[in-house]
Amino acid sequence: MAALSSRCCFSLGFLVGTCTLYFFLTQVWFERKFSLQLDSQVPSMAGQWGGENQSWRVEGSALISLRYPHLQGKDSRVADQLYKKVRILCWVMTGPDNLETKARHVKATWSRHCNIVIFMSSREDPDFPTVGLGTKEGRDQLYWKTIRAFQYVEQHHSHQADWFLKADDDTFVVVDNLRWILSNYTPDEPIYFGKRFKPYTKQGYMSGGAGYVLSREALRRFVEGFRTKACTHTTSVEDLALGQCLEKMGVLAGDSRDSIHRETFHPFVPEHHLTMKFAKSFWYWNYCYYPIVEGPQCCSDLAVSFHYVDAELMHMLEYYTYHLRAYGYQYRYQPSLPEGVEPDSARTEHSPLGTERDAPGNGSSKL
Amino acid sequence: MISEGSSFIKGMLLGGLFCAVVTLLGNFNTGHQSTTDHLHHHIQVPSKEELLKLPEPKRLELSQSIRVYCAILVQPRELSYWAAVKETWSKHCDKAEFYSPENVKVFHSVSLDTKDKWLMLRNALKHAYTNGKGYSWYFVALPSTFAIIENLKFFLLNKDPGQPFYIGHTVKSGELEYAELEGGLVLSVEALRRLVGVFSDSVKCPEQGSVLWKLTEEKELAVCLKYTGVFAENAEDSEGKEIFNTKSVNALIKEALAEKPQEVVNGCCSDVAITFHGQSPNHMQVLMYGVYRLRPYGHTFHDSLIFLPPVDSDND
Repeated sequence: MAALSSRCCFSLGFLVGTCTLYFFLTQVWFERKFSLQLDSQVPSMAGQWGGENQSWRVEGSALISLRYPHLQGKDSRVADQLYKKVRILCWVMTGPDNLETKARHVKATWSRHCNIVIFMSSREDPDFPTVGLGTKEGRDQLYWKTIRAFQYVEQHHSHQADWFLKADDDTFVVVDNLRWILSNYTPDEPIYFGKRFKPYTKQGYMSGGAGYVLSREALRRFVEGFRTKACTHTTSVEDLALGQCLEKMGVLAGDSRDSIHRETFHPFVPEHHLTMKFAKSFWYWNYCYYPIVEGPQCCSDLAVSFHYVDAELMHMLEYYTYHLRAYGYQYRYQPSLPEGVEPDSARTEHSPLGTERDAPGNGSSKL
Repeated sequence: MISEGSSFIKGMLLGGLFCAVVTLLGNFNTGHQSTTDHLHHHIQVPSKEELLKLPEPKRLELSQSIRVYCAILVQPRELSYWAAVKETWSKHCDKAEFYSPENVKVFHSVSLDTKDKWLMLRNALKHAYTNGKGYSWYFVALPSTFAIIENLKFFLLNKDPGQPFYIGHTVKSGELEYAELEGGLVLSVEALRRLVGVFSDSVKCPEQGSVLWKLTEEKELAVCLKYTGVFAENAEDSEGKEIFNTKSVNALIKEALAEKPQEVVNGCCSDVAITFHGQSPNHMQVLMYGVYRLRPYGHTFHDSLIFLPPVDSDND
């Protein structure tokens, strides 16, 4: 009797042991993904501005790019030439509270493609680095910050660049496309570009959030205007005030649209422009200088900027612009090369099949 | 009492040991198998050397010879996704067919007359095989998946559709490796032929699915294909990054921001990614713009394939 019960116990124990270990093994050992785990591809230049093969130099609070950032597999001959011909200094309007949440992402993404980038804050930060403009923070300080920033840039860097871009820390800019737009103009012309609005001025003014870019001559005239008191701090509405000053100083408001009249500077995120129908009562309808186009033709393939871009979208747009693509795809929009630029090797940006697939009336120079 | 207890414990220990031994032996056997199969498990895009061998005038011809049939499985409540797919990436398939459980008035689709997901998948693939002759590859997707067909064709460039291929975002559950439907899956015409063949075997591949417990339709598919000697494989680019993604771009970037903040974009995703999943209809329009239009001026790729934009489309 005792032997029987002990044998039962033994068998029961055997069964329990087998089942327990089986389930344990199935859950823990086998439940693993079979895909290749991507080993951390963080290159040894962690912490360095630029990342991919870029060299840069710090000069005070300015980050100066020494070489165009090259990406694998691309023929960037045309971009290289424009990098040397159309030098752009980007200054980014930010503040002490936004360095970690916003400015950091600008620094990690699009600003690496500028020739020089300077982060402008009310307070100096030698580590980021940012320039201290000596103002307070807040919306009512925007024009003060802008005036001081342009004065700083004119004083320290006007000989190092041809064009001077102002952007917010929630603006995303495709600097290569800005170079393409500006390649048809010279920095000695008094002209500036951006998303053109029409009210309150004769020639219009450029939206602050979408970013605007001044020629070297325009910058000189702006600073001169404040020196001679022809321009003063009239209002804190920075973009309008700047537009009124520039108009007074004889700086032309340029047309930044591409060769088939699609907008390149955008005051909202791509999703808004591509998919939303703006309500007829929305202020935007009365502000835009050029006719609004809703849907996919709202935006040029060679877009220059978008606004209200948060950290996540900043990196997504960098990925869409510089990385993600459709292999082998022949773009519909193939504008001709700017004057004085050599084409890349055997194939140019034009369709290798020789068909003209631009919109009608195109094929000649940009504007 | 004590002797019974000790017998029980002895039994338990011996049972555990027995199980471990059997498992190890079993693993050793499959270990053997997987080393030979391992060559298949991570397929890469064509290398630079392979691409350079292609003669130039042949490139357009070659690009046009890779023909992809897209089967998108929709539910009637997913109308906005259905519309988005129709207006966006599916235009780049050589043929795009939408399959739904029942007839829907608003959109043309092939009605499969069933709500059961496994049966839906079976019938859709059977339909694709019989009605989709002349295609070399069959791509199955769900409506919130965004696919870049050109990158799929690039990936398939040097693969023979006469060989059995079953590719996607592959994971392992127990002993079964299967491609997750969310990431999109690709079958060569040979794999599909074998699959349709085994459909008529009600023991290996029954219509009601596995007898023991219900598996998801993607796992049922893997089981049936396994019987025909076709195994799920992963796909990656030349840097080892996955190209079939079961997450959205947003989610992947968010992860990279948290885990690899120094190299978010590089650490996130492949330049020639094929799929992303969980994209909203609006974001599919953004993806069309981002993939097919938005680019920095002055950079050219000398690609080995040529794909022309589809006719009657303005968002690409």
